[in-house]
Amino acid sequence: MAKRQVMFTFPQERVKEPIIYNLGQQFKVVTNIRRADVTEAKGWVVLELEGDEKDIERGLAWVSSKGIRVDPVIGDIVEG
Amino acid sequence: MSYARALRCRKCGQEYPVQPMSVCEFCLSPLEVVYDYKAMAKTVNRDKVAKGPLSMWRYRDFLPTEVKEIDLGTGFTPLVKADNLGREIGLDRLYIKNDCLNPTYSFKDRPVSVAVTKAREFGFDTIACASTGNLAASVAAHAAKANMKACVFVPASVEPGKLIGIAVYNPVLMTVEGSYDDVNRLCALLVQRYHWGFVNINLRPYYAEGSKTLGYEVAEQLGWRAPDCVVAPAASGLMFTRIWKALDELSMLGLIEPANTHMFVAQAAGSSPIVNAFEAGSLHVLPVVPDTIAKSIAIGNPTDGQYALRIARQTGGGAGAVTDEEVLAGMKLLAQTEGIFAEAVGGVVVGVVKKLAASGAIKRNDLTVAYITGAGPRTQDTVADVVRPLVVRPTVESVEEVLGVPA
Ligand SMILES: Cc1ncc(COP(=O)(O)O)c(C=O)c1O
Ligand SMILES: [Zn+2]
Repeated sequence: MAKRQVMFTFPQERVKEPIIYNLGQQFKVVTNIRRADVTEAKGWVVLELEGDEKDIERGLAWVSSKGIRVDPVIGDIVEG
Repeated sequence: MSYARALRCRKCGQEYPVQPMSVCEFCLSPLEVVYDYKAMAKTVNRDKVAKGPLSMWRYRDFLPTEVKEIDLGTGFTPLVKADNLGREIGLDRLYIKNDCLNPTYSFKDRPVSVAVTKAREFGFDTIACASTGNLAASVAAHAAKANMKACVFVPASVEPGKLIGIAVYNPVLMTVEGSYDDVNRLCALLVQRYHWGFVNINLRPYYAEGSKTLGYEVAEQLGWRAPDCVVAPAASGLMFTRIWKALDELSMLGLIEPANTHMFVAQAAGSSPIVNAFEAGSLHVLPVVPDTIAKSIAIGNPTDGQYALRIARQTGGGAGAVTDEEVLAGMKLLAQTEGIFAEAVGGVVVGVVKKLAASGAIKRNDLTVAYITGAGPRTQDTVADVVRPLVVRPTVESVEEVLGVPA
């Protein structure tokens, strides 16, 4: 079992979709929301994912393909 | 013995023992070192600092390390009064903190010196980082000095010339075939799997504290006072937050009068998530996809962005961004007025100071400190167009001819 801490940033047209629910259902990933701020215009959610490494990867690829930006919670690691 | 007491979550306040760890288990926010300031206040004073070594380690009492420091001679860099540059942009009391003059040519030696010292203390034998240049060079150099192993990860797209300044210290240097995001992902996995000290991941709270010395030094060099205005660059925003933390601590400990410094964030327009949030009046920093020649601060998803933002707001400071053209102009202006050849980040800072002075956000008489955090030669091709030599024959006549000396 692997864990991954990520931030999703939703554009307006995706705010109403049950993305996180589907991520859990379709990819057998346990989603655990820690912080969030979602308005009708846009939103971000910080969450921890737990599951098989491959399932997490496939799930995140699917989330990205929906036009949602996926970032590591710890921010960008590659520095100047 | 240090005065570091615990790690504390910047968001929810949860505390953790001092250990290699950087994110709160509950809310996944960054952790920060907290100190026993009561005990610290009993021992620190101006005289004690003044008797210390001429390096950042004169502020040892304010840092979170227990063992003998791994030091290349970092810090206590010059604070110069920039009269020529000030005249150009309309500031009478402009100072430059010239942090190009560190052992590996950037301010990164400060946080890395603390991180590597802490890594040794925690029993790591390998230190690691992901970087496009400055950080990797600093980590590799400190590992050499500490007789530790360094593993540095560089995106394969980095200019080959930059690799020399890293490889010379003989780290394990890996160029990663993939995007920046791929390198981010890889390092996040490695830190879970290997017992390595990643300076900006599991050692990040300690790493951060090294940058406080940029604040202490300036206050001491100004005769123990805080500046009226500070302009400093931000990538992850970490250094910016620690300059403020340093001034705040000095006030709290009574080494300076209460700091009333206005803190201004400088970013390149092609990578300015913090400036965008400031201008939008937002509390959340939305990630961007960076595109700027100021590569060392091209970070789209800044870890400490919201904390840098908060400081800029709370101190009555601000935020400014400049285009790549303005960056190049800033680099040249700094070199040609003050004799300081900085990398593109210095051009960002000069460009932003200029804007802030022109808009009146910084007043002519404000004692202003601009932080120049990295030297030019590592990336000198950025300004290759300055080379326009006058070609002469080896005769006096030829020289006089091109100089326009009347015959
Ligand atoms: C020269 C230079 N200045 C400033 C910064 C910004 O540092 P921070 O990530 O702490 O905002 C960096 C590195 O990222 C840098 O290389
Ligand atoms: Zn927390």
